[in-house]
Parts: sequence; C-alpha cells; structure tokens
Amino acid sequence: MLRFIARRFLETIPVLFVIATLTFFLIRLTPGGPFDKEKTTTPEIRKALEARYGLDRPLALQYLDYVKLLLTGDLGPSFKYPNRSVNELILGAFPVSLELGCLSLAIALVIGTTAGLIAAVRKNSLLDYSAMSLGMVGICLPTFVLGPLLVLVFAFQGKWFNAIGWDFARDRVLPAMTLGFYYAAYVARLTRGGMLEVLSQDFIRTARAKGASTRQIVFQHALRGGIAPVVSFLGPTTAGIITGSFVVETVFQIPGLGRFFITSVFNRDYTLVVGTVLFYATLIIFFNLLVDILQVWLNPRLKLE
Amino acid sequence: MEPETLPRDVVLADAEAPEQTSSLWRDAWHRLAKNKLAIAGLWFMLVLALLCFLGPFTRHLPAGLRPAGLAYSYQEQDLNSRVTPPGAKHWLGTDQLGRDLLARLLFGGRVSLLVGLCATGVSLTIGVLYGALSGYAGGKLDALMMRVVDILYALPLAVFVILLMVFVGRDLKLLFIAIGAVEWLTMARIVRGQVLSLKKQEFIEAAIALGLRKRRLILRHIIPNALGPVIVYATLTVPGVMLLEAFLSFLGLGVQPPMSSWGSLIKEGADWMEDAPWILVSTGAVFSLSLFSLNFLGDGLRDALDVRASKD
Repeated sequence: MLRFIARRFLETIPVLFVIATLTFFLIRLTPGGPFDKEKTTTPEIRKALEARYGLDRPLALQYLDYVKLLLTGDLGPSFKYPNRSVNELILGAFPVSLELGCLSLAIALVIGTTAGLIAAVRKNSLLDYSAMSLGMVGICLPTFVLGPLLVLVFAFQGKWFNAIGWDFARDRVLPAMTLGFYYAAYVARLTRGGMLEVLSQDFIRTARAKGASTRQIVFQHALRGGIAPVVSFLGPTTAGIITGSFVVETVFQIPGLGRFFITSVFNRDYTLVVGTVLFYATLIIFFNLLVDILQVWLNPRLKLE
Repeated sequence: MEPETLPRDVVLADAEAPEQTSSLWRDAWHRLAKNKLAIAGLWFMLVLALLCFLGPFTRHLPAGLRPAGLAYSYQEQDLNSRVTPPGAKHWLGTDQLGRDLLARLLFGGRVSLLVGLCATGVSLTIGVLYGALSGYAGGKLDALMMRVVDILYALPLAVFVILLMVFVGRDLKLLFIAIGAVEWLTMARIVRGQVLSLKKQEFIEAAIALGLRKRRLILRHIIPNALGPVIVYATLTVPGVMLLEAFLSFLGLGVQPPMSSWGSLIKEGADWMEDAPWILVSTGAVFSLSLFSLNFLGDGLRDALDVRASKD
C-alpha cells in the first residue's frame, strides 16, 4: 500500500512537469501580452515592466528560470495583480471554492444516491422513471441556465435570497444548489446503474433466498459494490468542483478560484495560468489516487498495482 | 480503468457478414423504435433542425401568407419595441435592441446545431483514429499514447479551448475545430478498448488464421464490431459539444454579435434577466429540451445496440 502510494507519487512528478511545460509554452505563444490592456502605459514604462518580469529575455531562459522557481514550490509573481504572488492568489481564493464545492458535493451525494437507490430498487416503476427523468433535467440544465433561473425565481420574484454576494450563510444556498443539482443528476444515474448491476448478481439472490429484507440487501450487501461507479466518478469531479466554477462565480459574484482559470488567460497573466492549471492537475491526480485506494477497499478482489 | 466492452454478437464473425450485419442493425432499429422517449427525442431534434434551417427564410414569404410573428430577421433592430414581452407581434418578445427573439433563437439554433454536429465530427475523427491506432499497435506505442491521453485528462479543458480560441481568433469554423480538438479523449479510450477486446476474440484469430488480408479484416470485422459504442458515444458527444459551445459563447468567445447562438442568447438572457426574463426562459427551454432529446436518443441507442461499455 505504502509502496503503491510512493510509486504513484513519483509518477506524478513527470506528469506535472509535462503539464507545466505544455501550458507555459501554449500561453507564451498566444498573441498579446500581460500589459496590453493598461492604456496608460507608455512604451518606456512597458519596457521597464517587461524587464522587471524578465519578459525581455529569451523564452528558453525564462522557461528555465520558471522551472527553477517551480521546484522551490513558488508559482511566481502575478502579472495582473501587482505585488501578489500566484501562491497567495490561489490560497486566498481556494477556501471559498472549497466551501462551495463541499456544499455542492454534499447536495449532489445526498440527492443523487437517494434518487439512484430508489430508482434501482423500484426498477421500471413510475418512481424510477420520474427520478431518472428529473436526473436528466439536471444534466440538461447547465449551470449557466440553472443559476440565472434560480436567481430569477428565488431572488427577484421570491426575495428570499440575495441575487449576488458571498457574505451571509444564506448566500451559499443558491450557488450550492446550482452546482450540486447538476452533479446530483450524474450521481443518481451512476448509482442506479451500479446498483442494478450488483442487484442482478447471484449473491443477492442467495441473500434474498435466506430471507434478508430489501433494506438489508440494499444497505448491507449491495451498496458497497453498487456505488463503485459513483466513487470513480467522484475522483475527477471532486477536483473539478472544489477548484470552483467560472459560471457560478460570475453569476453570483463569488470571490472563488474558478474565475482565475478564465480571466488569467484573457489577461495573459502567464504565471497565474500555469499556476491554476498545475493546481488543478495536482488535485485531479491526488483524487484519482484516493479513488483507486477507495476502490480496492470497496472491492477487495481488486489489487493496487 | 477501461470500460470493458463485450462484442455484441459473435455471429458477426460468420463469413456471410453483410446479411448478418444488416439484420443486426435492423434489430437495433426495432429496439430503438420501441423506446418512446428516444423516438420522441429524435423527432424533436428533426423538427427543431428543420425549423432552425427554414426559420430565417420565412420573412421572404409574401406578406399575405406570412404570420406577423415570422416577419423579422435576426439582426433587424426595431428601436420602437425594445424589451417587449412576448405578444402577437413578436411571438417570443424582443431584446434590448428591439431584435425579434424568435428570429434570433432560430438563427442561433443553426449555429448551435451546426457546431454540435461539426465539432462532434472532428472529435469523432481524431478519437477513432487515435484510439484505433493505439489499440491496434499495442505495446510501447499504445502505452505512450494512452499516457498522453491521461495527461490531457488532467488538464482543465475549458482553459485549453479558450487558449485555442484566443490563439486562432474568433471564427466559427475554428470554434468547432477547437472544441473537437479537446473533446476526443473519451472517444479514443472507448475505441481503443473496443479494438483491444476485439483483437483477443477467437473470430478475429480465426480470420487471421484463414489468411484474411489486413484491410479486409479491419473493414469487415473490426470496424463493424466497434461501431456500436462509437455511434452511441458520438450521439452523447453532441450535447456535450453544444454545452461547450454555449459555455464559450457565455464567455463571449463564441459567435460575435449580431450573430446569435443559443449560448450567446443565454448570456444575454442572464444579463437582462430583470427586465427581459423571457429571453433566458425561452432560450433556456429550447436549449435544455435539445440536450434532453439528444441524451434520450443516445441512451436509447445504447440500449438498442446493447452497448455495455456505459460511461455511466
């Protein structure tokens, strides 16, 4: 187990290196520069700025310097936010996205697994069809439709919540619902599929023959195997959800991490682009590792390798 | 990690492949025809596509034949009736510049559906070629190619589409190439899994032992057997691609005004939500219903073709 984790950890390093390199050159080769939008910059100031950030040196040298910096765990200074480092920016915004992500994930898991379990146990019943149709609605209502719609209904018409902001506890409700409902739909479909597969197996029939109740069968026998697809889905999804959603953060004006992914590209904030991409990739790899370990725990027939 | 895929029907290995194949597809069609939701989805998409295609022409009809609501072009501004709710003159209302929403919705549908189809085509081409090569080559090349896919999976794809869009400019043709260029990963994995499992099948070994040429082997046996999952996943890619296009338009990176797409209309609707909620509501409804139909159609096809490698 420890050896497995150590090996996966070592494998991570070249992957992250490739990702950093790829992103670095992609954004650097993109036309435009970080100081284009500041109208007040005279050519002299601009030159000075570029010299200060080392942008006047050959790209290969800049890359080497940047890699050296990365090796010390420093993601460099931001180009757009003066005197702030990318580490600061990411660590400052991450808690907000983490909080919203965890709330959304909780909503997704509670609604999704409940709906999926009910649908699987009552397969092909009206309950199944309605739960799954509702799930499909969740998938087909993207966040940039659902978010504004929720604002329209609950903030403008209903006046129960603020349309935007992240100041009070109740400001969490609409964004978390917007994000959570989408993932709940996926979780419900995956739970249903996984449970149906397990429930059709022989050991379930045996359990039934021995007089186990439906409740016992579902929770003691089938659930552990049936939620395996949900667990694999949760790996990359958790990484994605806790790094924030640009749409939700824009619609509700939340100071999270998601907006950096998009705005940094528009601003040509070179270090912030690579920083956010690396941060995301690290989380993806971490959660995929976690999922692999969890899968073995859920299904002892699998082996870590 | 790979979705284990079982070949649907080993009978296909029979030398009389053509007839068997057609009956397999006919069976699948019969199964699909029984799935009411999938068929409803198919009809909805066909009718919607027709409307979107014909819609922008209706204003050229002679005035007597043409209902009042169909008289507008997608970019014509009627400054006297700005932000008008749905009514007899403008069936779905107008936006802040007095443009008719119905006309814009139908025109935007052309863009969205076209991007959906073309980008899926691009992702299908890249994914199938990449996956088939990887699976067929096997060994070190396969390992390397799949490692590349793993790395690409760890990247936030939206960032890369945006990079590509910024790189190549905001052109509609480039939009679907950019989307297709990042949406092929899962397709490549599915095709590779198919080819790998097919390679181990006895009927393929038998075909090789019988001295079948490579070309014939690939065309007759590998492709028809791998086709089911590819069709199913391609159908499910269309809504995914349309979502991505809408997301890009939401960011202002998609089509540029005065052109419209469903994504740009949703963005407009979200911006004008307080004064003109009908923009968001009607565009959101059409967009979501399309995704709904395409997903139901994809699910129906999966059941009809009995593809076990379900992604979910």
